[in-house]
Amino acid sequence: MNIPQDKTGEGGVIITKLDDLLNWARLTSLFPMGFGLACCAIEMMGAYASGYDLDRFGIIPRASPRQSDVMIVAGTVTFKMADRVRRLYEQMPEPRYVISMGSCSNCGGPYWEHGYHVVKGVDRIIPVDVYVPGCPPRPEALIGGFLRLQEIIRQETIREPRAVQQIMAKRMKGGMNNEELIMTNEEPKISNDELGMNNDPSTSDDQQNPVT
Amino acid sequence: MLFGELRDFIAAQFGAEVIVSENADNLQPYLVLQTERLAEVCLELHDNEATYFDFLSSVTGIDNGPEAGTMEVVYNLYSIPYDHHLMLKVIVARNSTTAEPIPVVPTVSHIWRTADWQEREIFDLVGILFKDHPDMRRILCAADWEGHPLRKDYQLQDYYHGIKVPYDQHNENSGFRGEPVKLISHEDPFTDKREKPE
Repeated sequence: MNIPQDKTGEGGVIITKLDDLLNWARLTSLFPMGFGLACCAIEMMGAYASGYDLDRFGIIPRASPRQSDVMIVAGTVTFKMADRVRRLYEQMPEPRYVISMGSCSNCGGPYWEHGYHVVKGVDRIIPVDVYVPGCPPRPEALIGGFLRLQEIIRQETIREPRAVQQIMAKRMKGGMNNEELIMTNEEPKISNDELGMNNDPSTSDDQQNPVT
Repeated sequence: MLFGELRDFIAAQFGAEVIVSENADNLQPYLVLQTERLAEVCLELHDNEATYFDFLSSVTGIDNGPEAGTMEVVYNLYSIPYDHHLMLKVIVARNSTTAEPIPVVPTVSHIWRTADWQEREIFDLVGILFKDHPDMRRILCAADWEGHPLRKDYQLQDYYHGIKVPYDQHNENSGFRGEPVKLISHEDPFTDKREKPE
């Protein structure tokens, strides 16, 4: 979307796609949860601070998961912390994104083989959108991760919201293999017919949807 | 006081049978005490003005493995005013399975408060129970963790709260491989406008 960079004095009307407007609003105000686990959090705080100034991307840490768009898992995820990480993720409203920052949360890091207490990758408990490698990653790398996340958000469309795709994928997990569960925006595996079928009360599972 | 004097002091106070064995050849000599009398000896060493061990430097739990069948707890005492050291040990039988009784050592946490958390850590990681400890529960691992991780024959549990514990090719197996990212904007190659003139 072309936002006029200069005030030309003419216009005042912008014609754009609703998709682009929504995505632009989302990707330029990514609010991460103020949440750090280990030494990566120090680099994350450095990225927030004036030297790297994540605020210029509209990235401001929020104090509550309910006000956050993105969770930066910055540090070693222990099994004791895993339940808390999962609960915090579940408290975030959709659309929500996860950046896994550093080797520990990517794959277990130095604790990958003999660390009895470390979850070998935070993607075992929550879905991860962007992995930032490093031990710890420099603030530039975290900024690079945010730029990559912005590219992901830029491709979204309200006709196929990611949250709905994920819920549908979870519901259809029984009949689908891993290949089909991968969520893509280009080739949506769930057609509108299947969406309609699941809204039919005869086929929907009441246990999975307590509201109905 | 030197090591020999301290040994004679303990033998004179509690009888020679309280010292099971000693090793004075080490750089850091130690006494092995009778397990059940550890607390009263420590209390005397702490309270008596001749020894005055007011500082418990560290408590260490050692698992000697299933072959040896023993576990040890090592106490490093230090007296700040006298500047003398003493290392004490107790050796207890090891339980190889959870069906056997867990090894028990009397607590010294009522003498030195620092022993409170150190004994909890030994219980958590090595699996030695401290009798009469005020708060004998895990300190580092989660409360529902299975096993004691620093034992020689420790086996990882497969799943903890539904999370797979051992490392494998989990990125391939977990079903989530991230979304294929297609970049929309072109990456302009960086052009350095400050090129050197030829």
